[in-house]
Amino acid sequence: MSKRLGWFLAGGLLIALLLAGVVSNFASGSPDGLDATAREGCTVNADGEITGGTCMAQQEKNHQMAGSPLAGYGIKGIDNPYLSTGLSGVLGVLITFGIGGGVFWLARRRGTKAAGLDRSEKAGV
Amino acid sequence: MQVQAMHIANGIVDGPVSAMFAVFAALALAFCVWRARADLDDRLAPMAGLVAAFIFAVQMLNFQVLPGVSGHLLGGALAVVLVGPWVGALCVSTVLIVQCLLFADGGLTALGLNITNMALIGTAAGYLLVAALMRLLPKTPAGVGATAFVASVIGVVLASQGFVFEYWLGGTTHLSLATVSGTMAGVHVLIGIGEGLIAATTVATVARVRPDLVYALRRFRPAAPAPKPVPVKEPAA
Repeated sequence: MSKRLGWFLAGGLLIALLLAGVVSNFASGSPDGLDATAREGCTVNADGEITGGTCMAQQEKNHQMAGSPLAGYGIKGIDNPYLSTGLSGVLGVLITFGIGGGVFWLARRRGTKAAGLDRSEKAGV
Repeated sequence: MQVQAMHIANGIVDGPVSAMFAVFAALALAFCVWRARADLDDRLAPMAGLVAAFIFAVQMLNFQVLPGVSGHLLGGALAVVLVGPWVGALCVSTVLIVQCLLFADGGLTALGLNITNMALIGTAAGYLLVAALMRLLPKTPAGVGATAFVASVIGVVLASQGFVFEYWLGGTTHLSLATVSGTMAGVHVLIGIGEGLIAATTVATVARVRPDLVYALRRFRPAAPAPKPVPVKEPAA
């Protein structure tokens, strides 16, 4: 990997960390398009639980991973909501980058052709 | 409980249909892995990791589209422009799997449905539009931004209709399909516009800083001076 690509990746990752760690706290808390549509026709209480009516989400079941320490974009045990959301976002970005980047790196082409292509392309940049 | 992202929860579509889409999604992703290997080189592989991480971050940013209704980016078109359709579908899937397993977002039973809509329909529609538009528009940051905008709006609306199709096959409730389809399409046009603006800004920025890292600019060049050693079948244009 070239040094320039390294800097670009670092910059991109920093932006993603800021978005997930800081800006995420200013995101809208309203139900999203799918969820709002799924709840249309039902009455919902302050906690978002369905209290009556007819809608798509009536039979909705709890998530199998609801007990995960990061469930619902927060960290179990951290009471400050800003810290909890922000840190869970930072962890999510790092985990996604780690898993995604790792798998893609292992799956990449490593033949003689690939190496030749890289050299010629780097020279052209 | 605060709801954060627009992924299908468990129990909205029944078990057999969810299982059917899980099998479909697994087969489609296996095909994507096979095709993605031709694209993945030393430069695209780390870039794909960054695209996945960036989509995860931006999916946390719900924006208001109507009173009481929000939406967030799905990322299909963005991924297609930056890393291509096969790697792009895998990027969005990675995000959905991490969200489902660690953040309890989008039901585990519904994972196949969510991957089908957001990772497969979103990127497939995005790819067709990007491939068509990059032949018409200038290969500049503005051109690639406009491409990402249009592909996002249409990709998001089509992904929302993927849900309508799944609900038609196996919905656990029986509401008017026309109403569901209309409501989903209407809301997702607005969400798509929001996604389009984010995607256009992102790809135009990358195109300005490092045009060589934008898949759409490399792949859809009119007449490449040096033919790529990657054996890719050109679709008959």
